[in-house]
Amino acid sequence: MKYTILIYESEADFASRTDERRQAAYWGAYRQYTQALKTAGVMVGGAPLQPGPLGTTLRQRDGRRQVQDGPYAETKEQLGGYYEIDVPDLETALDWAARCPAASTGAVEVRPNLPT
Amino acid sequence: MITPATLDAHRAAELAVRASYGRLVAYLASRWRDVAAAEDALGDAFVAALAAWPRDGVPDRPEAWLLAVARRRLLDAGRHAAVAARVLPELRTVVDAAHAAAASAPAFPDERLALLFVCAHPAIDEAMRTPLMLQTVLGLDAARIAAAFIVPATTMGQRLVRVKTKIRDAGIRFEAPDARELPARLGPVLEAIYAAYSSGWEEDVAGAEARRESLADEAIWLGRLVTRLLPEEPEAQGLLALMLHCEARRAARRDEAGAYVPLSRQDVGRWDRAMIGEAERTLYAPGQAGTAGRFQLEAAIQSAHAHRAVSGVTDWEAIALLYEGLVRLAPTIGAQVGRAGALGEARGASAGLAALDALPTEAVAGYQPCWALRAYLLAALGRAAEASRAYARAIDLSRDPAVRTFLAAKEVAYGEKDDLKANFPLDRARRAPLKRSASAPRTPCVRAVSAGQRPIVLAEIRDGGRRRIRATWRRPGRREIEV
Repeated sequence: MKYTILIYESEADFASRTDERRQAAYWGAYRQYTQALKTAGVMVGGAPLQPGPLGTTLRQRDGRRQVQDGPYAETKEQLGGYYEIDVPDLETALDWAARCPAASTGAVEVRPNLPT
Repeated sequence: MITPATLDAHRAAELAVRASYGRLVAYLASRWRDVAAAEDALGDAFVAALAAWPRDGVPDRPEAWLLAVARRRLLDAGRHAAVAARVLPELRTVVDAAHAAAASAPAFPDERLALLFVCAHPAIDEAMRTPLMLQTVLGLDAARIAAAFIVPATTMGQRLVRVKTKIRDAGIRFEAPDARELPARLGPVLEAIYAAYSSGWEEDVAGAEARRESLADEAIWLGRLVTRLLPEEPEAQGLLALMLHCEARRAARRDEAGAYVPLSRQDVGRWDRAMIGEAERTLYAPGQAGTAGRFQLEAAIQSAHAHRAVSGVTDWEAIALLYEGLVRLAPTIGAQVGRAGALGEARGASAGLAALDALPTEAVAGYQPCWALRAYLLAALGRAAEASRAYARAIDLSRDPAVRTFLAAKEVAYGEKDDLKANFPLDRARRAPLKRSASAPRTPCVRAVSAGQRPIVLAEIRDGGRRRIRATWRRPGRREIEV
C-alpha cells in the first residue's frame, strides 16, 4: 500500500535549513532518513518544499482567478515536504513516520494514497 | 409459509450467529482487512442459511457452514467488484459447497483479540472505538448502540460506516500488538470497554426500560472475553473486577420507592454476593502480581467498599490511600475528587475540603460529584450558606432525577457519609486527565498484590525508591504509610 508522509515543520525547523550552526545536523538527519527508506526498499518518491511564504494560493471562481500570496492555511507548522512510501500496512507506515526528523520537532501526517 | 422446520432453522441460524458472530467477523475481517465487507458477507450467509436449512436440515457445524458461505461471498465480491447488486439466488450454488466445507473444515482461529485492537487503534476516533467494538465483536445493530450513546440511529450508522472505511483504506493491520507494544495498546481497548459500561450509568437505574438500553451486560461480556484472551494481563482483570463490583451493587442503588440510595446507606443484603465473589477472585487472581495500573486500583477501591458487607465498616483511610495511588498514576478529576472525599471521611471534613480547594477551578466547574462533595463537606463544617449554594450547583449538574431529589433532601437535613466518587464511578467527565503536578513521580509503579485466603491488598507507589505508600485494610492495625 502506498502512503504519503506529509512533513509539517515549525518556523525553527525551517530556520535550521539555512542556519550555519544547525543546517549540517538538519540536512544530515534527512539524508540519513532518506537513505534508510531507500535501503529498506520502501521509498517511492518525495521532495522537500520551500517555506510557506514562498507559496502562492489560487482559487478559480466564476471564471476568475483569485491569487493570494502565501500558503493555503496559516498555521504554526507548515508543510515542508513529503515522502511517498510503499509498505504493507498503516503500522509499518507509522513506524517509518516516527523515524522522520520532523516527527520529533514538528508533526508528520500519514495519509494513504488513493489506489491508482 | 412458516413451518416448525422454518422456525427451528431460523433459531439455529440465529443462535449460531449470536454465539460466534464476533469470531466469524474477526476471522473474515482479518483475512480480508475489511470489517464492513466481512459483516456484509456474514449477513448474506445468514440469509442463505434461512433459505437452505429448513430444506436441507441444520448442518452439524453451523458456524463452519456460515463461514464457508461468507468466505465465498467475499471471494465473489472481490472478483466482481464492479457488480453492485447482490443477487440472492446466486447463493444457491454456494450453499452446496458450504455443506461439504462445513463437514471437513478445521476449526477456524479466534481473531477477536486482533479485532479488539483494531477497534481501539490510536488511528480510530476515540468516540467511535466503543460503538465499533459493540457492533463488530457483539453484533449489536447501530440503532441499539445509538440509543445507549444518545445519538440518532442514522448518525451512528453513518459514523460506523465511515470508521470501517478508514480501517480498510488506511490499511490498519489486523494483528494483536507484540509484547513490546501491548501495554500502550491495551489501555485504549480497556477504556473502550469501560466506556460501554459507563454509557447510561446514571440513567439506567431509573427504570427497566432504561436498564435495557444500558450496555452493562455487553461491557462485562467484553471484559470477560479480554481476560480470557489475555489471561496474563492484570489490568484486564482489574477492569472486569471493577465492572463486576459496580454491577453487584446496582439493585441497591435504589430503594423500593425508586429513591436514590448513597453507597454508604446501601443495604448490603441487596448486593449481589456471587458477583462480588467473582470480582474479588478476578482482582486477586493468582499470579497476577506485577505492574498494576489504574483499573486494578479502581477495582481495589470498589473492593474496599464491598468489604463493608463482611466487616460492617468502611475503612476510609485505606480508600484514601488507594485514591492517592490512583491520583499519582492517573490524575483524573474523578480520582482527585474521590481522594478528597475519602480524606474527608478519614481525617475530617476540613482535610477533604482542603484537597478539593487544591483542584483547578475550571476543571471541576461542571463535575457533579465535586459539587455534591463540596456541599457535604461544607455542611459538615457548619457552613450552611456555602453548602446550600454548592447543593444547588450539584442539583443543576445531576441528570438523574432520583439523585436530584436526594440532593435536594440533603440540603434540608444533612449528616451522613458517602463516597460520591465510588457511587458515581463512571462519569465521563473524569476521563479528562489533569496535568500532573510537578511533585508527582514521573514513572510511578503501582503494585496490587494479595496473599492467602483473606486477601491483603497493598498499593505501592515507587518513585526512584524514595516514595512508597502501602495500604493494608483487610486486617485493621496492619496499615503502613510511607511517603
